[in-house]
Parts: sequence; C-alpha cells; structure tokens
Amino acid sequence: MTTVETPMGYGSMRRKEDARFIRGRGTYVDDVTLPGMLYGAVLRSPFAHARIVSIDTKAAEAHPKVRAVITGAILDGLKLAWMPTLSYDTQAVLATDKVRFQGQEVAFVVAEDRYAARDALELIDVEYEPLPAVVDARRALDPDAPVIRDDKDGKTDNHIFDWSSGDKDATDRVFSEAEVVVTQDVLYPRVHPAPLETCGAIADFDKVTGKLTIWCNTQAPHAHRTVYAMVAGLPEHKIRIISPDIGGGFGNKVGIYPGYVCAVVGSIVTGRPVKWMEDRSENLMSTSFARDYHMRGEIAATRDGKIRAVRVSVIADHGAFNGTAQPTKFPAGFFHVFTGSYDLEAAHCAVTGVYTNKAPGGVAYACSFRVTEAAYLIERMVDVLAYELGTDPAALRMRNLLRPEQFPYPSPTGWEYDSGDYPRALALAMDIAGYDDLRAEQAAQRERWAAGEVGGTLMGVGISFFTEAVGAGPRKHMDILGLGMADGAELRVHPTGKAVLRISVQSQGQGHETTYAQIVAEELGISPDDIEVVHGDTDQTPFGLGTYGSRSTPVSGAATAVVARKVRERARIVAGAMLEVSPEDLEWEKGRWFVRGDPDQGRTITEIALAAHSSLELPEGVEGHLDATTVYNPPNLTFPFGAYICVVDVDPGTGRVKVRRFVAVDDCGVRINPMIVEGQVHGGLADGIGMALMELIAFDPDGNCLGASFMDYLLPTSMECPSWELGATVTPSPHHPIGAKGVGESATVGSPAAVVNAVLDALKPFGVRHADMPLTPAAVWRAIQGAPLRTDLAIG
Amino acid sequence: MQVPAHFEYERATSVDHALALLARWGGEARVVAGGHSLIPMMKLRLARPEALIDINDLTELSYLRLAGDELLLGAMTRHADLLASPLVGEHYPILHDAERVIADPIVRNRGTIGGSLCQADPSEDLSAAFAAIDAVAVIRGPSGARTVPVREFHTGPYETVVGPDELLTEIRVPIRPGGGSAYEKVERRVGDWAVAAAGAAIWLDGESAGGAGQPGIVRDVGIGLTAVGASHFHAAEAEASLRGAPATEENFAEAGRLAGAHCEPAADQRGPVDYKRHLASELTVRALRRAAARARGQEA
Ligand SMILES: Cc1cc2nc3c(=O)[nH]c(=O)nc-3n(C[C@H](O)[C@H](O)[C@H](O)COP(=O)(O)OP(=O)(O)OC[C@H]3O[C@@H](n4cnc5c(N)ncnc54)[C@H](O)[C@@H]3O)c2cc1C
Repeated sequence: MTTVETPMGYGSMRRKEDARFIRGRGTYVDDVTLPGMLYGAVLRSPFAHARIVSIDTKAAEAHPKVRAVITGAILDGLKLAWMPTLSYDTQAVLATDKVRFQGQEVAFVVAEDRYAARDALELIDVEYEPLPAVVDARRALDPDAPVIRDDKDGKTDNHIFDWSSGDKDATDRVFSEAEVVVTQDVLYPRVHPAPLETCGAIADFDKVTGKLTIWCNTQAPHAHRTVYAMVAGLPEHKIRIISPDIGGGFGNKVGIYPGYVCAVVGSIVTGRPVKWMEDRSENLMSTSFARDYHMRGEIAATRDGKIRAVRVSVIADHGAFNGTAQPTKFPAGFFHVFTGSYDLEAAHCAVTGVYTNKAPGGVAYACSFRVTEAAYLIERMVDVLAYELGTDPAALRMRNLLRPEQFPYPSPTGWEYDSGDYPRALALAMDIAGYDDLRAEQAAQRERWAAGEVGGTLMGVGISFFTEAVGAGPRKHMDILGLGMADGAELRVHPTGKAVLRISVQSQGQGHETTYAQIVAEELGISPDDIEVVHGDTDQTPFGLGTYGSRSTPVSGAATAVVARKVRERARIVAGAMLEVSPEDLEWEKGRWFVRGDPDQGRTITEIALAAHSSLELPEGVEGHLDATTVYNPPNLTFPFGAYICVVDVDPGTGRVKVRRFVAVDDCGVRINPMIVEGQVHGGLADGIGMALMELIAFDPDGNCLGASFMDYLLPTSMECPSWELGATVTPSPHHPIGAKGVGESATVGSPAAVVNAVLDALKPFGVRHADMPLTPAAVWRAIQGAPLRTDLAIG
Repeated sequence: MQVPAHFEYERATSVDHALALLARWGGEARVVAGGHSLIPMMKLRLARPEALIDINDLTELSYLRLAGDELLLGAMTRHADLLASPLVGEHYPILHDAERVIADPIVRNRGTIGGSLCQADPSEDLSAAFAAIDAVAVIRGPSGARTVPVREFHTGPYETVVGPDELLTEIRVPIRPGGGSAYEKVERRVGDWAVAAAGAAIWLDGESAGGAGQPGIVRDVGIGLTAVGASHFHAAEAEASLRGAPATEENFAEAGRLAGAHCEPAADQRGPVDYKRHLASELTVRALRRAAARARGQEA
C-alpha cells in the first residue's frame, strides 16, 4: 500500500470564513430580520405522558399583540397535525390526543414580538389528565407497560423494530466452545449535541408568487426542501431553503422540528414572515438527543488472549416518536461496525428499538449513525476482557488488531473496510504517550497508595482503538426516506480564471469554504482565494443530502474533486485548440496543460478560461466554457481509524477525575487542511471528555427531564481539557478520488472509551471492572463502594 | 432566548434612595446586584418581581477594609475583588479558596458577596465560608441598621432574615491571631455548584502551634458546610468535639464523622445521600488539615 504523508498543496491555510466570524460578521438565522416579521413561541407539555382534555386559547388570542394561536386541532384540519419522521414513523407537530414527552409541542403563538409571544403562552389553558410514564427503556416492553403510541392502529406495546446483523449460528458456535467468555452490560446514556446556536427558522410565504422561503439552520437544506414538498404538498420549485451560518450542528440540525412546521403554518395564516428560535431549555428538552443504547456485550476468546467472536444485544431508547435519521435499511445505523478493529471469526448483534416517554430523535451528536455506540462498546469490552485475563490492554489490542495485509477487509457483519494500518497507529500513540513509563509510574504509585499515602490519587491509563464507517453512502444500500445518499457539485470558471463552486452540503463550522476551495485549487492549480464556495441555499446549489455522519469530505469532497477534474478535461480540449495540437498530446501539471515533450508550449488554466469565452475557434461540438457538474455516488464507505490514550488521576476520597493527558493519533486518510482536521479532533476530544465524565440527560420516575439547562447538562470547558497531544498516520482511501476519509466525528467516536477505560484502570485496585458514563465524582465513588449508580435514572 | 415577564426598572443612587424605593414598591420589588442569580430566575420566570431596583451605582457599598480587629466587606463587593484582595488572603485564605471555585471569572466579575448571601441558595459557597469564620451581617432598613450573625442569617433555602424593605450592607469578620483557614469543594465540573463543600477555620494555642512537631491545641474552630443540608451552613457538633482538643488527624477524623452524621443532604443529580454525607466528612477532614497546616505556618 502506498502512503502519502504530505497534505495537499495548500495545507494548513487559514480558514477563509474566519475573517467574518472573528469580526462578529457571521449571519445566523437569528440575525436575519425580514420586513413585517412576527415571532413564534411554542407551548410545551409539562407532563411526560398525559391525555389532553381541553385547550382554551381565548385569552391568548385576546392579547393585543398576538396574531395567531395554532393548536393541534387547527393543524388537524389542514392534515398537518402529524408529520413523517426520517424513519418512516410519524411525529405530532402539535399534540392532539396525548402528550408523550415532557416538552412536547402543544400550541404555537404568533405575536408582534418575542416577549408578547412568550407572555401569551401563559394565557393558554390546557387541561391534562396525567398518565403513568415509561421511563426505563429496559421496562418498555413489559406486558403491563403503558402503551405510548396508541395513535397507531392496533398498537398494543412499545416495540418499534428488531434488527440484527452477522451470523448468529456461527457466533453461537464459537461462544459454545470458547475458553473464555466475558459478558458486560454497558450503557451509553442519553446525551445531547447542545450546539452553541439553538435550532430555529424563519418561514416567509409569499402569497403573490406562492413561494415559500425558509431560513433555517439546517444541516441538510436540500433534504428539507424535498421533505416539505412531499409532506405539505407544495411544489418543490416553490420552496427555497436558505441555511445561513450555523453555530454548530452535531446532528442536532438534521431533522425537521415541529417548530419549523408551525412557523410555516404561521406565515401562511398571517401572510407575514414568522421567526421561531428555540431557547436553551427547549433545545435540550425537545430536540434530537443522541445515544441511549442499553447494550449487553459478550466476547469469546482464548485463554491467551485471542479474541474470537463478539455478540451484542441492545435495547435502543428512541423516545416517543421514532425520529432517528438512519439510512432506511439500517434502523440501528451502522451499529454493526461494533466488531471494531479486530480480526474475528464471527460476530452478531440484535437491536430492539423501543418507545419511551422521552424526546424523540437519536440522530444526533456526531453520531456517525451509531458508530459511536459501537466503538464505545467494543473498546470497553476489550478492556473488560483484559481485566479478566490479567493482560495489558495495549498488548491485548496489538495482538488482535487487523493486519495491514488484510485490507480491503470484509467484516463479519458485512462491511468492506477500505484501508488501514492499525498496528502502526497504535504504536505511534504508545510512543507519544510513553506508554511503558506511564505503566511504571502507575505501578510505583499503586504501591505508595497501598502503603497508606495520605491524599494520594490513583492514575489510570486508558486506550481506545476505533474504526469508523462514514461517508454514507452508496445509493444502492443507503437512502433516507427514499433519497439516495449522494451529493452534487457544480463548478463554474469565470473568463478571468476565478471559480465558483456550488455544493449540496452545508457547513456548521467544519470550514467547507476553505477545504473545498483547497480541493479545487489542488485539482486546477488556481489559488483557493480565487474560488468562492457557495452552499446552504437550495436555489443556488445542486441537490444532495447534507452534512452529517462525517459524510461531507467522503461524498461532497469527492464530488468536488470529480467536478474539478471534469473542468480540467474541458480545459484540455480548449488548450488543444489554443495550441493547435490534439488534446491527447497534452500533459497536465498543476495549473497548466502543456505539449508532451515540449514543456514550454503550454497554457495556464487562467489563459484557457479566457480563451474558452473568447473568439477562439473551438472544435466541432465543444461549448465555449469550462463549467461542469457532477453527482457523486460513493462506491463504498470510508473507514477512518485512530488510537487514543488517555491518562487520568482519580481521587478515591472524592471520586474526582482529572484528565492529565490525552494522546490522539488519527488516520483519516489524506488530510486536505491539517489545521482544520486538528480543530475537528480537538472539538471531538472535548466532547468525549464531556460524555465520559459529565454530560447526561436523565429522567425521574415521572419522566421529567433532568438535563434541561446548562446548570444540569454540563458541558466540558477548557479547564477539564488537557493540552491535546495529536499524532497522525495517513492511509489513503483507495476508492476516494483524493484518498480522504472524513474526520468530523472521529474524536467523538474514539475518545469516550479512552477516558472511561482510563478511569476504570485507575479503579483496578478496588476491583472495579466496569461503571457507566458519565463518571461524575458520585458515580466514581459509588463504583468504588461496589454500589454503582444507574446513570440514566434519577439519583434517588 | 429566554425572556422574562414584564417588570419596571429603577436605579438607586444611594442606600437611602434604595430603601425608599423598596418601601414604595411594598414587597413587590427586588434589588438587583450582580444579577447572576436573579436574572436567570426571571428569565425562567421562577421569579417575577414587579420592579427591579438596581443598586450597582452604590459604590459606597463596595469596599474591603480593616477597622480595628474586624475585616469589613461591603455588600456590593464583587467576587473578583474578594479574590484579588491580599488583605483577605492574609487573614482568611478560606475566602480565597472558596472564591477560586465559585462559578467562573465572568460570574465573579459581576456577582456580589451580598447577592450571594441574600440568594441563600443551599449551595452558595460564601454562606458556609462566612459561617465558618463567624461573620456578622449588617442590615439596613427604614428604622436604621441592625446586625445578625451569619449563623443566624439564613432561615431556610432561599430565605434570609433580610426583610422586603431592607438591604444587606456589610459583612464584618472578626480578626483573631493564631488561626488558619481553608475551603474544600467537590464539583462535577469547574464552575458548577458544589456537590458538597466544607470550610474550616481553626485557632491553635499560641505556644504549641507548630512548635517542635506538636499538633497544637484547638483554641477555637469553625466548620462550615455547603450543599449538604447542614443547619445554618455549619457543623456545630464537629466544632464542639474539637474545641480544646489536640489538632490531630484522629480528632479531625472524628470531627469529620460528626459533620457527616449531623447533616441532612438531599439526593439530586449531583449525587446520592450516602455520597454527600461521605463528602461532608471527607472534606471537613481535608479542610481542617489544611487550615491547621496554615495555622502552623506550614502551608500558604
Ligand atoms: C453559572 C453560574 C455559576 C455559579 N456558581 C456558583 C458557585 O459555584 N458557588 C456559589 O456560591 N455561587 C455560584 N453562583 C452564584 C453566584 O455566586 C451568585 O449568583 C451571585 O454571587 C449572586 O450575587 P449577585 O450579586 O449576582 O446577586 P443577584 O442575582 O443580583 O441577587 C440575588 C438575590 O439577592 C438579593 N440581593 C442582592 N443584593 C442584595 C442586598 N445587598 N441586600 C438585599 N438583597 C440583595 C436580590 O434581590 C436577589 O434576590 C453561580 C452563578 C452562575 C450564574
């Protein structure tokens, strides 16, 4: 395998978009004010599960500044009370019969200003008849569990789906004859993406033209347009979605929320633009959460540490409506990448999705389509195995990692891993960390501690080696609501050689305006500063499915390279005409076609662009421009990987964890802009520390959300983060035009296991094998006491 | 954006003016100091005063000074000023320890010590710190000033002895030689409220303090507890067990045990009852240990 260690031409150039962001000149949805604009506010359910007896809106309607009050009953009349989710389920836009989670949308007020809209919510009188709530996902299928979705004909339980992958019989066979079997229940609790900017939209319906313009901070503007067209029956060419600058998405901004639909209805009803921006609590309580996977993992191995098979069963808590965004064929996303980075004989997983009285979603938080849950499970399980075998977790991993010569590797659950050199990445991480020295330090420290050192802490070293499956995906296998997961790109080259690239994906901070310009620059040999990247406006850009699941670089980045190559080939024909030679006799060097064997005879792309639009005589049938379009349908997913090592110090007297060091070696294939890649990794590592140590949305027995503000939902700060120590290996993807793999979620996927493994490594002297996230001081102390907390439920 | 309900706004120009405004609104107004507790509550509509009386222009309430054998702290002293004051650090390092772990620099720049005490949140760090060092609150009302020991200041969660027509104007802390103090807090994340915290101030007998490896005899001691439902934010039984006893690890451990046994923590997402009780003990011991080390001059 060839290995390219150098980044692409323009490397770590500064981000073009930062010029406006650091001046505070970005334009977010809430910065947009349209003439005559009204403001919406959502009345939400205080109960997790209750029947709606009556709704009285008279007093709210009488408020002098209120222009409309919309209820489920009104929407019902328009056939809009329910909307389809991205998983072929339905979700209430505004509740009609029952409320099914705390924070569910019940009514929508449109008023002259935000304050009046909010005041009017208090004037709406709703009578509820509370019902028992389903809170514990593990009890959702109990025969006596209240049925949440009685809106569905004949529904008598809370079951959503059963899905499995891998060869069950082969797996069971390995388990039945294995020398060692370890089993562990592992919870990946419900967390939230909590982007800095909450979700919001402005709907502007023009009665004269019949055109609906929606400003919305969506990660998938084109998918939104098509879904609005299909649901509301509006003609698609009369819908324009503008997704301006976005303050973080992490999957939270993929779906269509009831508030958006209400804003559209509000605009149609009032004839004026309607803005709806949720507040922080609404964001945390009602929009797409992430994870909530209750997993049981089993590993079969030999006594000397060869992993043979992995078996997993999962209860997946999807909340009150199945609003998860996964490719249609994969209700558990790409969870079946749980076999991780190891060479196995067999593997099998079975996932059961259930309804609970909690917010719907499950799309979110750098989700990689459930790759995060999968990576966490296998990496936790390998440590559990190391614990039982008494082996070093690094050595155990090294022994079982796939070897470079096994790629492309067909996994036991049906993937084809494109490329990898795993041992090299792990060795590099261990080298940066000084692994042997850390273990020596730990041994000495444990001795002092055992001897009764006062105030001593215990250090732990945790490893995680992850493989992701990203860049969804081949249309043949992957669609969302029937829309194949491809992305388009259009490239125009102006007569003076400057270019405009139009892409279907939208950035939420990933730096697309820079990286995509760099890709074109690399392919055409013009400066990235001379390339404008247009995105986020469906009237200005080609169709495509959007930015999530680390798919932009693998799919849209590939489209960009391909469209630039098309332009290059057009330029070749024009250059041939200019030089009066056959295009076949031309050779390319960055930025220029020249005559083979006569390098002085050549034309630059700028010269060619002008000529293409000039009076130059072009060959028969060749049009006078260099522009091109493409749609990229990826042949396979890409499989980024990485080796992470975390060092923590735990104070056993208080349960406090301090992350001392974090080493992250990522291999995301070719790095277009290494600085941006490192930025993505930094953010993901912070996320990982957050999820491992503090982030959590738990529920009390009545279904009240216990994480609905930043006082309760803790995000990590710089104070919790060490100075990251990054390393890189580069194993290009063989099927991606420029060998890139995508990195947006790598660190979020890989880091939680490293942190948790480190904490549990520290707790080894207490005989603690496992404890669930988040490892708050209380959770750590309780694990030491042998009485671990059930973290998804209220602490009683 | 979270938006509060409608309210009127008045800007006080003097303490007397503030008191007059309070009298005029007859209990329907709230004073706003740093606003870091009150404004969030208003945005969540948990508080809905009809009027806000802004006391941020009352610079006469912002001071830290020594007067005789007392340290005087104006109610409008910002957390950041308390943290930055060498005078405070010299006499009561417990206040610096506590301030370092209260919220974050943004909150500390604006939040006031008066607001902290009047908010009377059970997790407010300064309540326990001032209880440990036996501070006295000065309250002014229509009929003049009165003083109330901080140990009698709080009447319940979010409730104090300050009447609707009164202002807290000053905190007085007695200065006594031979002491050391410290504050220990466990929070889930920097800037979070305490899961539990303990503050200790200890005065060791002059002659033996630090002398020739002697632990010293505890002349007096104050122990404050945060967020664990300790009556009036302090641990009376633990204090009693230490007074007159040698300042040894064993006696600290016993004091810690008593502190844990006599508090009434409530379970919440910060932790279960057994853990909080454990922390009350553990942090009491740690705070005593450090306070004693400081009293002996063994630690800064
Ligand atoms: C993110 C965040 C984290 C925090 N973390 C901590 C923490 O870890 N530990 C901690 O102890 N605190 C913490 N706090 C609280 C912070 O210390 C207090 O909010 C602040 O100090 C209260 O003071 P203030 O001046 O802002 O009061 P305000 O919010 O202005 O007022 C609070 C209350 O006191 C009343 N009041 C204020 N001054 C007077 C006065 N002079 N006389 C009579 N009544 C008065 C007001 O009417 C109001 O009822 C945190 C706050 C935030 C926002």
